[in-house]
Amino acid sequence: MADTAHAHADDHHYTATGIDNRKLAIWTFIGSECMFFASLIGTYLVYKGRDVSGPMPHSTWLLKGVEQEQMLEIPLVTFGTALLLFSSFFVVLALNGAQRGNRKQLLGWLCATIFCGMFFVGMQVFEFTHFAHRGMGYTTNLFSSTFYTLTGFHGTHVTIGLIWLLSVLAVALRGKLPPEKSLNLEMAALYWHFVDVVWIVIFPVVYLIR
Amino acid sequence: MATTAIEQTPAHSVEATGLWSWITTVDHKRIGILYGATAFLFFLLGGIEALVIRLQLAQPNSTLVSPDTYNQLFTMHGTTMIFLGVMPLSAMYFNFLIPLQLGARDVAFPRLNAFSYWVFLLGGLLINVSWLFGAAPNGGWFGYANLTTKQFSPGMNIDFWTVGLQILGVASLAAAVNFFVTTVNLRAPGMKMMQMPMFVWMSFITQILLLLSFPIITVALVLLMIDRTFGTHFFVPSGGGDPILWQHLFWLFGHPEVYILILPSFGIVSEILPVFSRKPLFGYAAMVFSGVFIAFVGFGVWAHHMFATGMGPFADAFFSLATMIIAIPTGVKIFNWIGTMWGGRIEFKTAMLFAIGFLGMFIMGGLSGVMHASPPADLQQTDTYFIVAHFHYVLFGGAIFALTGGAYYWWPKMFGRMLDESLGKVHFWLMMIGFNLTFFPMHILGLNGMPRRVYTYSEESNFKLLNQLETLGSLILAVSFLVFMYNIWKTWRIKATAPADPWNGATLEWSIPSPPQVFNFPALPQVSTRDALWEMKRAAGGSVPEPQRVSGKGIHMPNPSFYPLVAAIGVTVTLGGFIGGSHLPVHIAGVAILLFGVYSWAFEPA
Repeated sequence: MADTAHAHADDHHYTATGIDNRKLAIWTFIGSECMFFASLIGTYLVYKGRDVSGPMPHSTWLLKGVEQEQMLEIPLVTFGTALLLFSSFFVVLALNGAQRGNRKQLLGWLCATIFCGMFFVGMQVFEFTHFAHRGMGYTTNLFSSTFYTLTGFHGTHVTIGLIWLLSVLAVALRGKLPPEKSLNLEMAALYWHFVDVVWIVIFPVVYLIR
Repeated sequence: MATTAIEQTPAHSVEATGLWSWITTVDHKRIGILYGATAFLFFLLGGIEALVIRLQLAQPNSTLVSPDTYNQLFTMHGTTMIFLGVMPLSAMYFNFLIPLQLGARDVAFPRLNAFSYWVFLLGGLLINVSWLFGAAPNGGWFGYANLTTKQFSPGMNIDFWTVGLQILGVASLAAAVNFFVTTVNLRAPGMKMMQMPMFVWMSFITQILLLLSFPIITVALVLLMIDRTFGTHFFVPSGGGDPILWQHLFWLFGHPEVYILILPSFGIVSEILPVFSRKPLFGYAAMVFSGVFIAFVGFGVWAHHMFATGMGPFADAFFSLATMIIAIPTGVKIFNWIGTMWGGRIEFKTAMLFAIGFLGMFIMGGLSGVMHASPPADLQQTDTYFIVAHFHYVLFGGAIFALTGGAYYWWPKMFGRMLDESLGKVHFWLMMIGFNLTFFPMHILGLNGMPRRVYTYSEESNFKLLNQLETLGSLILAVSFLVFMYNIWKTWRIKATAPADPWNGATLEWSIPSPPQVFNFPALPQVSTRDALWEMKRAAGGSVPEPQRVSGKGIHMPNPSFYPLVAAIGVTVTLGGFIGGSHLPVHIAGVAILLFGVYSWAFEPA
């Protein structure tokens, strides 16, 4: 029995908890990243409402004496938010396909996930350039700086997630994602869910709460 | 114990040698040695910076160095000692010991481990390259805004600081994920969390502190970097920014950081004291829970660094109370260490001298710390040499003493050679005398009004005599390190024949040859108690035979890899592109290197 225990421990997948090392690592990393976004969100909240001039999130403001509408345009972002939330559901369906060896399900839903994520990033790029045209640069006031920094870092994380998902898609298209390797998608999916959860906090804090 | 000659190691178990094998190593033992050697060199550099400071302060109205150089010296001394000295010296022990003490073959992610080392080396080099530009960081190790904003620090000094620390942060975070997963998942079969060696427990808590605190300083550094590079006003009052936000963000990191600095040393002392008292650690569970409590409450005391910023009586009272409460679990540890020695049969080996020295010096540092915890008292003490005395007592008298003791203790295991005990005792006493002569007078100087971070003082201040004593003390300290280095050199030249277990150790690293073979254990141990090796010896009738070197056939170890270094270069170049402004081509090159490194790493066979 001692021998089998030794052999068991020497098995390359042995873990004391039964959770794969890489999955535990992603959860650990996500925990750390939560503190990162907590600090950025905290900074946003500390500076919220402290501007005396310049673009305002939820009220009109003056640009060279001319009254401007509130900066944030809720409908478009709400739609993007909905797509991002659905994409988390889609990646779960893709993962289920990977785990069951259903290639069509895996590829189809993974593409849907990536499409939704790309739409979200595209929406943000559109939003940022639109804001810039309306007079909100990076350094214009505290709202502009904290807004772009917070949502920009989030958007960067979404982009990294997209690159990761695209890489997994490439591997899957080459037939190299059998059920035994589904952890590779699961890790990307966990990261993707994290990015989504952070947005679930940012969206109300920035866009909805006045 | 047996001292039979170590048998000829079978050919296919001999480790590769040569520079390339070290550049591509993913072996935790080699990475540990790399951390240790690199950190020791940076420590000596920080020590030289300290000696120049002490020479400048030896005379009133001295002009040995200019005020601006002096600012660079104390900034780099602090930054170097914390981030390039104590932390990576602790990392040397994490790397070498954690897999061995857990009964594992390596950490969970060997290549990520190598990546952490290379990022540390490159970050440390980058921040020191600033000296060559005459632009070393000069805003203090804590970089208070808005002194560090572009308006008041127009040069590249602070850019080197923000970028360098962000790079180092990547190294620490990657390592923290690695050791967290290793500790949770790779314990030997049967080893419960409450049976792990105390060093592993303290290191585990340290990893959690790293994971939760480093992101906060990352945000602070990023915001400062963005202010300096793009002209935002996060910390610029004229644009609505608040310099106090910097202090909150920095100290929310900075206070857990001091526990990151000391907890591994608590762990080292908890390993050394039982072995040389020939008695198990007193109150294992209390040591674990007090460590957890210190770490947890340590996140709630940060504003005790801000008592002089006018936060108001409620905030002052809250943080004062929380800080005093931390003294309780710390006291529990002190009493448990004393309880470990009480009734034991003490062996005064060099490692033990350093551990006992730690106990005395850390108590003194802790006592001055509790004095700072009172806001009215702190209003006199803050920004004076009284604070400098406090933190050197806990960081030098505490961490450095413990890390040095660890060196004497684990040297035979790491290198197969014993350090000379007589030289070790000379080292210890010189260090003890030099240390106290350097730092004790600072308590008096501080209470008499000598401020921190001043490049000189007047003749009328009457600070001269104590400053001169301190400078003399620092020279004695320097000599003590020369003795240590001579000890290393002298004993290096003998053949590596140290026994596996020279001290009658309690933990698993002493059950394998010195130095260990690349695969650590021929067969992974089964564990069911604390002090696993003492238990094995007891069950075998008092001792176990000297372990022989065996063939590692059939044991698959991870392949070496070049890509962790490539990825580390990518990180350094990407972030380095922010020095002196944002240079897009540099960022793009860095990201390209990073992506190449990461993808190659992901798709190479493990």
